Amino acid sequence: MESCYHCGDDCRDTTIVLQDKHFCCNGCKTVYEILNENDLTYYYDLEQSPGISPIRFEGKFDYLKDEQIASKLLEFNEQDTQIVNLLIPSIHCSSCIWVLEHLGKINNGIISSQVNFPEKTVRIQFNTQALSLFNVVQLLTRLGYEPYISLEDDDTKQKKTDRSLIYKLGVAGFAFGNIMFLSFPEYFEVDEFWLDRFKFVFRWLMFLFALPVVFYSGWDYFISAFKGLRSKLFNIDVPIALGISVLFVRSALEVILDIGTGFFDSLSGLVFFLLLGKFFQKKTYAYLSFERDYRSYFPLAVTQLAKDSNEEKQTQIKNLQPGDRILIRNEELIPVDAILISGNAFIDYSFVTGETQPVAKSSGSKVFAGGRQAGGSILLEVINAVEQSYLTQLWSNDVFNKKNTSAFQTLTDQISKRFTLVIISIAILALGFWLWYLPAEALNVFTAVLIVACPCAIALAAPFTLGNILRYFGKAKLYLKNAEIIERMSQLDTLVFDKTGTLTTSEKNNITYHGKALNPEEQNLLTNTLRSSNHPLSRALYQWLQSEEIYTLDDFKEDVGKGIHGSKNKQHIYAGSLNYINQSNHTQNQVENHNTTQVHVATSNDYKGFYSFCNDYRNALKSTFNNLKKYNLIVLSGDNDNEREALSKLLPKHTEYFFNQKPEDKLDFIKKLQSQGKKVLMLGDGLNDAGALAQSDVGIAISENINVFSPACDGILDANQFSLLPKFFSLSRKAIRIIKYAFIFSLLYNLIGLGFAITGHLKPVIAAILMPLSSISIVVFTTIYTYLVTKKLRV
Amino acid sequence: MSIIYMLLAISVIVALVFFVAFIFSVRKGQYDDTYTPSIRILFEDEIKTEKSPNTNSTNN
Repeated sequence: MESCYHCGDDCRDTTIVLQDKHFCCNGCKTVYEILNENDLTYYYDLEQSPGISPIRFEGKFDYLKDEQIASKLLEFNEQDTQIVNLLIPSIHCSSCIWVLEHLGKINNGIISSQVNFPEKTVRIQFNTQALSLFNVVQLLTRLGYEPYISLEDDDTKQKKTDRSLIYKLGVAGFAFGNIMFLSFPEYFEVDEFWLDRFKFVFRWLMFLFALPVVFYSGWDYFISAFKGLRSKLFNIDVPIALGISVLFVRSALEVILDIGTGFFDSLSGLVFFLLLGKFFQKKTYAYLSFERDYRSYFPLAVTQLAKDSNEEKQTQIKNLQPGDRILIRNEELIPVDAILISGNAFIDYSFVTGETQPVAKSSGSKVFAGGRQAGGSILLEVINAVEQSYLTQLWSNDVFNKKNTSAFQTLTDQISKRFTLVIISIAILALGFWLWYLPAEALNVFTAVLIVACPCAIALAAPFTLGNILRYFGKAKLYLKNAEIIERMSQLDTLVFDKTGTLTTSEKNNITYHGKALNPEEQNLLTNTLRSSNHPLSRALYQWLQSEEIYTLDDFKEDVGKGIHGSKNKQHIYAGSLNYINQSNHTQNQVENHNTTQVHVATSNDYKGFYSFCNDYRNALKSTFNNLKKYNLIVLSGDNDNEREALSKLLPKHTEYFFNQKPEDKLDFIKKLQSQGKKVLMLGDGLNDAGALAQSDVGIAISENINVFSPACDGILDANQFSLLPKFFSLSRKAIRIIKYAFIFSLLYNLIGLGFAITGHLKPVIAAILMPLSSISIVVFTTIYTYLVTKKLRV
Repeated sequence: MSIIYMLLAISVIVALVFFVAFIFSVRKGQYDDTYTPSIRILFEDEIKTEKSPNTNSTNN
């Protein structure tokens, strides 16, 4: 079988050949033609089959023709120039970058375009004389790079990126370097003639350099320590802030009173290393968002029909009122709760529940927001505004409003509490001893103890360990929001799973046939009939059956949403719902089991049987759960309990099952577990799990395709890596162990330093050596150790 | 030995120049995307239009 020159997919039955190149569909061919015409075939030289088959459905972006709506997306709009920043989830390789940055060759109106690969966005500047935003989006869609525009884009104007950490790191690094140079001479010789003459210049310069380090770069530590103390929490920033201030005050006094060089080198080095740790820990997945709510699923606007006339206009979703009539086309999302007026509704609620089998609705019945229409256009009457929909109401729950200032105490914070108390008591004891022994040195010793005890290495142990583990998880396709999640993962004792879409895969269907066997001729006729239909069930069944021989049917008729009929050489076949079969054959067949989705098949005079679709459980479900035996396991599903038996065969005995759970029930269920002191992980996929994901200690969304958006969560797991869950948990526990070892390691350094300090021998040069040495060795230690641990568990 | 004042001043000024350059580059967003430019630089400037497949080897 040839693979498509454009997208690399196998060309199934309809190979299109153009200039010796094979294409799997007309869409791919069209993209090739556009690129070929505009001398852009370098696209195909950069990477093999880099393309994306364009999915087209008419009218999706029609609302961009409305200038008012379009202007909401623009970053810049002045005279003839407009700039727009579009999110394109399908950007995936260097060819994508290249072609998107050469859009100007296809249309002169595009002045420039720049791709941000990690964020998967393209920033396009274009001339409004030549083309409009609608044209730009249309051009991108035609090339297979369909932008993702959602309700969320409505009110986010120019998100500011927070670069303050880079600035702070830059300032600290700059000062650190310069202070090191300036303090170098005094490390060796203080009494030399010329040094003696100029040293005050050097010292004052160091003092100047140290000012921004303390009052800009290190300021966050003071704020954090202050906040911690106010809520009676000894976080790690308390001893750090104490160390920084003692270092600064003593050094400043030494310089001002001209009695010594001070510890500016240690001070700036300390802040620099601490910030470096912070920077390292902050591994972000720019293209993933962990804060999404329903707005990023919903389109910006929808087609509204005027009540009396049938005039179409584009309306923003937030302006929809109960009673309005809206038109939803094939593949469009239903943004509000509504009543079906006309059309064949066939609604796929996979966004909401994870269930992939579409549900048929008859006119007059209620359809809920979040469903996606599959099939023809339908006309709906709105019954609730968008914020009051059944689904979106979930977001009015408090869980989504409170900022996550959790009371979670990290390991570092727990240790730092004891650490700080011990250090302060040592300092006071030393002060007491020296006051009695040699009062002149007492204050020196007291400050030296506080300086040398500054827990730089302790503060670095967690960021570097967790940062490394975070990167490793990312490679294994578990994307976590931040490093703290790893610590929480290590403490879990209860795992809660959603069923549909989480334990079952939504990718492949488990199709089984029940009834009289079809002979090869009938089977062939059936597959050819299915081939002509665009219905999702037909397509799924067609994929599963695999056609042997392709021919043109004599007759084909589709009763949209009900069934299909095909004939060849006077042989007829019917496939569809039971009602459809009964109507066309005038029979009265009954089916016992209504719980699965079924496609019934009959020939002109004979009922044959039905194909039943049910979701397949993930591979390795059983073995994965066996490895998780020591946790409390709970399955929390919105479905009925038909699958209880099948599940209990697969999962360990002590697993508990709860069915028929509404989104709020799931949230409350998690809350109840937590009130019993459990540490709960929620693993879910759909929007109906969003509440539970937000409430749980660790909420992980499982996703077949990480470019498709997941609800707000702490982490996103690629569905193919489901079986690695036990490994992720054990790694998180190992990470905590590494941090503990690193603590012991760094305490040794502190003891050595304390030895110098208490005996009154802490010279600046010793502090300047000890401090970076302990930091660097902690970084090396944790890096090597995490590498060894992850190597053993390498996937 | 007062030359040391001048040397100090010069060295600090040079350091400051680089520091300011760094701040400007961050402010202009050069560090927002550290990945794409590394790929962009490898693209050919001029794309040959001949159909034969070997024309894209570097010939400039």
